Amino acid sequence: MSEKHKEHILPLKVYLGVAAALMFLTAITVAVSFVDLGGWNALVAVGIATFKALLVALFFMHLLYDKKINLFVFSISLIMVGVFITLTMFDTLRRADLYDITDGPINKNAKMYENMPVDSTAGEHH
Amino acid sequence: MSDHAANRPEFLAHHFSTVEQQRDSAKLGMWIFLLTEILLFGGLFCAYSVYRAWHPDMFYNAHKFLNVQLGTLNTVVLITSSLTMALSIRFIQVNDKKKAILFLVSTLIFASIFLIVKYFEYSHKFHLGQLPGKYYTFNGVEGSNPHIFFSIYFAMTGLHGIHIIAGMIVLVWVLVKMINNNFSAEYYTPVEMAGLYWHLVDLVWIYLFPLLYLIG
Repeated sequence: MSEKHKEHILPLKVYLGVAAALMFLTAITVAVSFVDLGGWNALVAVGIATFKALLVALFFMHLLYDKKINLFVFSISLIMVGVFITLTMFDTLRRADLYDITDGPINKNAKMYENMPVDSTAGEHH
Repeated sequence: MSDHAANRPEFLAHHFSTVEQQRDSAKLGMWIFLLTEILLFGGLFCAYSVYRAWHPDMFYNAHKFLNVQLGTLNTVVLITSSLTMALSIRFIQVNDKKKAILFLVSTLIFASIFLIVKYFEYSHKFHLGQLPGKYYTFNGVEGSNPHIFFSIYFAMTGLHGIHIIAGMIVLVWVLVKMINNNFSAEYYTPVEMAGLYWHLVDLVWIYLFPLLYLIG
């Protein structure tokens, strides 16, 4: 038991600092959402969220101090979700190149369109 | 080897040779479980991306019916609960059981606040008929297929809410074990694993909040 390995014990300052950073970034995201960045809003929002997620994973979840295999498993899951979404978007965003698709209601007779003019020439569905 | 057997702490399962090996295995196993959780939510994030790409204007119009104040409040509540969870683990690491219990209870309180706020948000939408799929009866959103936004909203926040409830059940179990003196600076793996799960739930919300409430 002589080489008993003690877990990394972080000073309280680290936890409080990370929480303060997370609160600050939350305020920034909310503030930025009310500014029109001309199409960049979604990217900025996801960017800030990713930075917040990294803070949580590296410090609160101790990935920075753990064996690297855990960080590896976590990264794999994020990469796979990225591949999953990217390949799906390649498909769905380019369908209009092959087929004549226009945006329109799935069900034109749905109750929610009662007080709203629905373009009857719009495509049936995607 | 007889010396080795005599030194075995009671929390060390017979199929592990050292405490460290047991802890590393538990952690790796937990991270593999979290990987499956991320993939589970990944499917919903994919559905979100597809429908937002198809109906960007409808998503923008529909998201205005979500309450940004309540969403921000819940984000702050959940980040605070993540902090108290991390602090609970930090204090059991230095054998300060009293503070570890205090912060574990705080985590449960913040989790309850999150669910109460969510209850008010949900009941407001139920009242207006902003419900998923064919149950959607609201007609104030401009654009076609607004029910899709609310289907995605309820699927994502609903699955997240179920995770909050599951996390709370695990935290209560950990709390009971902690009160019964089952954990110490030498052995606190279940507290740590429950913490990892709780932080993951926070992590998912970090993405849900801007994607649903703050569409620019």
